[in-house]
Amino acid sequence: MVIHIDNKEYNIKSGKNLLEACLSVGLDLPYFCWHPAMGSVGACRQCAVKVYKDENDTKGRLVMSCMEGVKDGLYLSIEDKTAKEFREQVIEWLMTNHPHDCPVCDEGGACHLQDMTVMTGHDYRRFKYKKRTYTNQYLGPLIHHEMNRCIQCYRCVRYYRDYAGGDDLNVFAAHNHVYFGREKDGVLQSPFSGNLSEVCPTGVFTDKTLKEHYTRKWDLTMSPSVCNHCSVGCNTIAAERYGELRCILNRYNGDVNGYFLCDRGRFGYEFVNSENRIKRVIIRNRAGEASTEEELMQHLQPLVSMSKIIGIGSPRASLESNFALMQLVGKQNFYQGISEDEAHLNRVCIDVLQSGSVHSASLKEIEQADAVLVVGEDIWNTAPMMALAVRQAVVKTAGAEASQHVQIPVWLDSAIKELAQEDKGFLAVLNVSASPLDELATHAWHATPDDLSRAAFAIAAYLQPGKLQADNFSEELTNQAKAIGEALKQAKNPVIITGVSSYNDNVIKAAFDIAASLNTAGRKTGMACVMTECNSMGLALMDAPAFNHAMDSVRPNGHATAVILENDLYRHLTPNLVDNFLNKCDHIIVLDSLHNSTTEKASVLLPAATFAEGDGTLVNNEGRAQRFFQVIPNADTQVKESWQWLWKMQMLRSQKVNGHVLHPDELLQKMETDMPQFKGITSVSPGHDYTIHGERIPREPHRYSGRTAIQANKNVSEPKPFYDGDSPLSFTMEGFKGVPPSWAVPFFWAPGWNSVQSVAKYQDEPNGSLKGGNPGVRLLQDKKKENADLFFKDVPEQFVITKDKWLLLPKFHVLGSGELSGYTKALEVLSPELFAIISPKSAEALNVKEGDMLQLTDAGIAYGSLPVKVLDNMCDGVVFVNAGSRGTVGMNWGTRINLAKVN
Amino acid sequence: MFSHIRTIWLTFLHLFRKKVTIEYPEEKVKLHPRWRGRIVLTKDPDGGERCVGCYLCAVACPVDCIALQATEDENGRRYPEFFRINFSRCIFCGYCEDACPTYAIQLIPDFEMAEYNRQNLVFEKPDLLIDSQGKYPGYNFYKVAGMDAGVKQKGEGENEEAPVDIHSLMP
Amino acid sequence: MQHIWIVLGVLFVLLNIAAGLIWLERRMLAMWQDRLGPNRAGPLGILIVLADTLKLFFKEDWIPPFADKWVFITAPAIVVASVLMSFVIIPFSPSIIVSDLNVGILFFLAMSSLGVYSIVLGGWASNNKYSLLGALRGASQMIAYEVFMGLSLMGIVMLTGSFKLSDIVNAQKDVWFVFKQPVALVIFFIAGVAETHRLPFDIPEAESELIAGFHSEYSGMKFGMFFIGEYLGVTLISAMTATMFFGGWLGPAFLPPWAWFFIKTFAFILFFILLRASLPRPRYDQLMETGWKVLLPLVLLNLMVTGAIALWIRG
Repeated sequence: MVIHIDNKEYNIKSGKNLLEACLSVGLDLPYFCWHPAMGSVGACRQCAVKVYKDENDTKGRLVMSCMEGVKDGLYLSIEDKTAKEFREQVIEWLMTNHPHDCPVCDEGGACHLQDMTVMTGHDYRRFKYKKRTYTNQYLGPLIHHEMNRCIQCYRCVRYYRDYAGGDDLNVFAAHNHVYFGREKDGVLQSPFSGNLSEVCPTGVFTDKTLKEHYTRKWDLTMSPSVCNHCSVGCNTIAAERYGELRCILNRYNGDVNGYFLCDRGRFGYEFVNSENRIKRVIIRNRAGEASTEEELMQHLQPLVSMSKIIGIGSPRASLESNFALMQLVGKQNFYQGISEDEAHLNRVCIDVLQSGSVHSASLKEIEQADAVLVVGEDIWNTAPMMALAVRQAVVKTAGAEASQHVQIPVWLDSAIKELAQEDKGFLAVLNVSASPLDELATHAWHATPDDLSRAAFAIAAYLQPGKLQADNFSEELTNQAKAIGEALKQAKNPVIITGVSSYNDNVIKAAFDIAASLNTAGRKTGMACVMTECNSMGLALMDAPAFNHAMDSVRPNGHATAVILENDLYRHLTPNLVDNFLNKCDHIIVLDSLHNSTTEKASVLLPAATFAEGDGTLVNNEGRAQRFFQVIPNADTQVKESWQWLWKMQMLRSQKVNGHVLHPDELLQKMETDMPQFKGITSVSPGHDYTIHGERIPREPHRYSGRTAIQANKNVSEPKPFYDGDSPLSFTMEGFKGVPPSWAVPFFWAPGWNSVQSVAKYQDEPNGSLKGGNPGVRLLQDKKKENADLFFKDVPEQFVITKDKWLLLPKFHVLGSGELSGYTKALEVLSPELFAIISPKSAEALNVKEGDMLQLTDAGIAYGSLPVKVLDNMCDGVVFVNAGSRGTVGMNWGTRINLAKVN
Repeated sequence: MFSHIRTIWLTFLHLFRKKVTIEYPEEKVKLHPRWRGRIVLTKDPDGGERCVGCYLCAVACPVDCIALQATEDENGRRYPEFFRINFSRCIFCGYCEDACPTYAIQLIPDFEMAEYNRQNLVFEKPDLLIDSQGKYPGYNFYKVAGMDAGVKQKGEGENEEAPVDIHSLMP
Repeated sequence: MQHIWIVLGVLFVLLNIAAGLIWLERRMLAMWQDRLGPNRAGPLGILIVLADTLKLFFKEDWIPPFADKWVFITAPAIVVASVLMSFVIIPFSPSIIVSDLNVGILFFLAMSSLGVYSIVLGGWASNNKYSLLGALRGASQMIAYEVFMGLSLMGIVMLTGSFKLSDIVNAQKDVWFVFKQPVALVIFFIAGVAETHRLPFDIPEAESELIAGFHSEYSGMKFGMFFIGEYLGVTLISAMTATMFFGGWLGPAFLPPWAWFFIKTFAFILFFILLRASLPRPRYDQLMETGWKVLLPLVLLNLMVTGAIALWIRG
C-alpha cells in the first residue's frame, strides 16, 4: 500500500494507523497516549497531522494520526504548519501544570515528555497562572509516585487494568484534576507493576529500587542481557555504574517479552550488589582463607589431577559453564544438579517437544493464540510473563473476533473494548490451586495432579476417540472434556501450556496428547512446558544423569573430587542426600556467586560471575538459546565466569601451560560438534572478534559522563578502559554508532528519542520484530509429522485421599520464588513467609487452624514444622509448601508425606 | 620601502610606551565577578546544599571531569553522596554552570590552584562546597520545584495551587 | 704573549656578548611589544642567561636514530667556528686586533661563506624533510646574498685601496664611509641580515612553515651552538658595519677607542633586534627576487658610480 507523507512515497503494510505508519518508516511524530502494545485511544491529541483528499487538495484537514487507518494513495503531511502549531499548542497546554522538577525527576534524560517537548519546539511557558498540585501515594517498595508530573495520557491505567489485569490502580476525580493512583496508599498488587515506569511517558511512576542508587540513563553502561529468574528468558538490559548493577530495563524482543517485564525480572537484580557475594577465592582448612590465583592453582593441581572428578551441573549456570564442566570431568562424570524427579520431568518435556509433533510456542505465539489450555502449571507464579501473554491471548481474541464482524481496526482500543464488552477468548485452567488467571478462564478446575492428568487425557480421548482406553472416566470428566475439547477444536492457533511444577509426568504427557491431537490439518498447535530455572532446558538438553546417580558413582574411599557449579544443592535436593554425597567426596570445589548452604561445605570456593559480570548463553523453556553479555567490568576482582575457572582447571589437569585465552564462541563451537542437539547454538551471536566496519559496539551512550573523574580519587591518571575480549561489545562510548544487530542492542536510543520509546527506531514496525529479526536461536525444530503412535496411553488411576498421607507440592510465588531475586529487599518484603498450605477440608481432617504448626515428615526425613495456612480454592489431599524463595530447602516434591499437628 | 622604515620607527617608539604587563605575584589581577575560575558548590538561602545531583553538569562537561552520585535524605531531598571534580582535566569552560538548573555549581574568580602533585587537583565535595549563595542570592530550587522534599509542602511553593481534593467532582 | 691575551680576551668578550644577547633580545623585543620581558632571575632578569644555559646543558642531548651521526654532530660546531674565525680580522681598537691581515675583507667573506656548510650539513644530517627544506633555502639564500655583500664592500675597497681593515678605519678619519657609500651600507646590512638568517630573513628556519627548519632535530647544547652561532653572527655583522661604515674605533677622545667600537656595534645589534620586532618575514621567492633583480643591479651600479667618481677625482 502506497501513501504519501510530505510528498514522498512510502510503502506501508495495510491495517495500520497513520501514526504506526509514520513511525515504521522512521519518521518522527510526537505522541503520548498511543502505545504499540495497547493501541490507540486518541486522548492526548498530540499526534495531529494534516490529511489531504488528493494530491490537488491544498487545504487538508487536521486528524489524529493514531485514530485514522492507512488507505491506499493517501496524502498526509507531518510538516504542515497548522499541524505543527497544533501539536506545539497541545504540548504547551500539557506543560502548564507540569512541575519544574526535571533535575530531581528520575525520568529525566529518558523522558518521553522531554523528547516530545523538544520535538514539537515548545520552549517558553506563557501561562501566567498557578500550577495544579497533587499529593502523592505510597505504592509499595517498587514504584515511586509523583503525581504532579502527570499529563493525563491514561496510559498507566490502560496498561495496569486493561493489559495487565490489575484492579487496584485507577483514575479518580474529574476534568482538570483527574488523579491516577490507588483508592488509598498501599502496595500495588499486580506483579507487573514495574512496567508502569516504562509505560508512563513522564516521571509519575518511577523505579524505586533505582532511586536507591540513582543514575541517569546516559551514564549507564548497558549490555544486552537475559533474565535469570525463571525459565521464560525475557530479554533485559542490565545497566551498571560505578561497578554496581543499577537497574534492569526491558529489552524488546518481539518473540519473547515484547515491551514488558514482570517485577521479579525487573527488580530482582540486587543480588549482584549483595554483601553476600563471593568476591575472593577461598581455600578452607588452612591458615588464611583468602588466596591469590597462583596459590589457588598450586592448591588445585593435586585435586584436579586425581582420577575421579565428579561434575555437578546447574540449571541456573550458562550453557558454556555447564559444558566447560563436562569437558573438565568427562561426559561420564557429569551430572545434573537436580533431583531425579525433576530431571525426569524435564526429560519428558524435551522428549515431547523434540519429537517434532508439536510446535514449541514462543511467548508471542501464546499471545496470539485463540484458545489456551493450562494444565497443571501455576504459570502466574512460575512464569509470570507467560501468564501475561495468556491474558493478552484471551482478551485480544475477543476483540479480534468482534472486529471481524464490524469495520473496526484492531488497534482502535476503546472501540474494540466497547464492542467486546465482557467477551473473552477461550482459556481453560486445570490446576492444583487457584490463581489470578482463573478470573479470565472459561473453565477453571482445581484437582490433584493425577486427576488433572486424567482430565487432560479425557480431553485427548474426546479429540481422538478410540485411541485411549477412556472407559473409566466419570461422566463429569467426560462432559468437561467435551466442552474444552470442542472449544480447542474451534481454534486455529491453540496453545497448550504445562510444566514441571506439579511434579507429575502424566500431566505433561496428557498435555502433549492434546496438543498432538489438535495438530492436524489447518491448525497450528503450540505447546509450552514451563521449567524451574533460567537454563533448566539447556541443562536438560545436555542429557546427563541426575544428581542421584552421582551418589552411586562414588565408592567409599574412592578419593573423589566434586566440582559443583553455581548450584545450591540443598535447594534442589533433600539435605540428607546432599550430605551423603558431600561426605563421600575428599575435596569439594564450589563455584558460585553467593554464599549459601552448599558453599559452606566447600573446601575450595571460587567466585563465579553473575549474569552481570560474565558472558554466557541460556536456553529458555521454548528452546530458544539467548546470549547475555557482561556489563560490570571485573578487571580488579577475582570474579570470573565459571567457564573460565573450569578452563583453567582443565589446563591444570591436562598439564598444559600455554596461556590460550578461551572465548565463549570457541566453547559453543566445540559444544555444537560434540552434541548434535545444540545445532545452531553458534549462531546465537557471532564470535568475539566481530566488528561493524572495524568498530565494536559501545556499551555506553555517547553522552556517558565522568570518564576522567570516576577513578580519579584512586589515581588521577586514568586507567585504560576495561577490555572485553569475549564479545563484540566494548566498555567505552566509542565505536559503532547506529542501530546494532538485534542480538547486540545494549540500549535503545535514537536522535531526539532518549526514552524507551526509541525502541520504534530499532523495529521493522511498532510491535513487530527487531531489525534483522528477533534475537535468539530455537534449538527445537518442528518436524511436521503426525505420528499418532507416539501418544502416551497410560492413564493414571484417580487420586485417592488418605487420612495420613498428603501429597507434597511446591507453592511458588510470583515475586518471592527466585533464589537470586530474593536478595532484592523490596521483593523480599513482598514475598510470603514459609507456610504449609492446605485446603479447609484437609485442615478439618488434621484438626488444625491457621497459625497452628504442622510437622512434616517423609519416610524418615524430618522437614521440620511449619505454620499452617488454609487456602480456599485448592484441592484436598495436597499440602503446599512455599518453594523457590531464598532459604528454602529441597523436598521430595510429588511424594506423599505425613503431616502431624504440633502441640 | 618607506613603509618598512616607518614600521621600524613606530616599533621603536613603543620603547617609551607604558607596559601592559601585570607583575603577577606582587601585583594582583583584577578579576570580574563572572570570571571563570575555580568551581564551587553553593548553598541555598536556608543553608541547604543547592546541588540536587541531577548529573547535568557531568553530562555537559566536555572533558568528562565531573563524577557524582545522587542520594536522598529521609524527606526525599536529593543531594550528592559524593561529588568529584578532577581539576587536572578541567578546562574552565563553564558549561557545568550553564547546565546547572539550581545555581549550585558556580565558577568563581579564583584561579590560584596550582599544585605540585596532580593527585591534589582531585577535589571532593568537602573541597568544593562553600557556605555561600554565590552569584545568585535568594534562589531555592525546592521552593519552585513542585515536589515536596522537606522544604515546603505540596502547594506551598511559589506559583502553586493547593493540592487537588481528589474526592471532589466540582469544576 | 700579548697576542694570546688578545685572543683569549676577544673570545671571552664575544662569547659573553653572545650569551648576553639572549637576555638583551628578549628584553628589547618585549619592550617594543609593550611588555617587560624576562625580569625575574637576577637583577633586571639578567640571570635568565644563566638559567637558559643551564637548561640547555641539562637537556637530553639526543641524536635521532635516523640521523647521520657524525655530520649531525659536526654541523653546529662549524657555524660557531666559522663566525669566531671572522672575528680574527675585526679591529676592536688600534691595538686590539688578533691579526690585521691585509686581505681582511676577503677573509671575512670567506669565513662567512663557510657558515653555509653548517646549515646544509645540519639539515641534511637530520634526515627530516623540514630540516632538508630549511637547509636548501638556507644554502640558496646565503649564496645569493654573499654575492652582494662582497660587492657592496668593494666600493669601500676602491676608495681605500686596501683590504686591510685597519686601513679602512683609518681612511674614515675625516668622513665616515656611510656618507660616501650610503647605498653600499643599506645593501651590506640587508645582506648581513640575510647572511645571519635573522628575522625578517629567517627563511631557513621559519617557525611557522618549517618548524625551525634545519635545526628541527637539534636539542641540548648542539642546539645551543646554533643559537650562539646566530648571536655571534649578529655581533659580527654589527661589528663589520661599524668598522666599514661608521669609523670603527674612531670617536672623540673622552672615551677610549674600544668603547666607541662597542657603542657603535651595540647600536647595530639593537637595530637587528628592532628589525625582528617590526618587520614581517617575506616569502622565499620574494627574497630571492629582490636579491637578484634589485640588489645585484643596484650594487653593481653603486660600484660603477663609485669607480667613476674615484677615477674622476683622481683626475
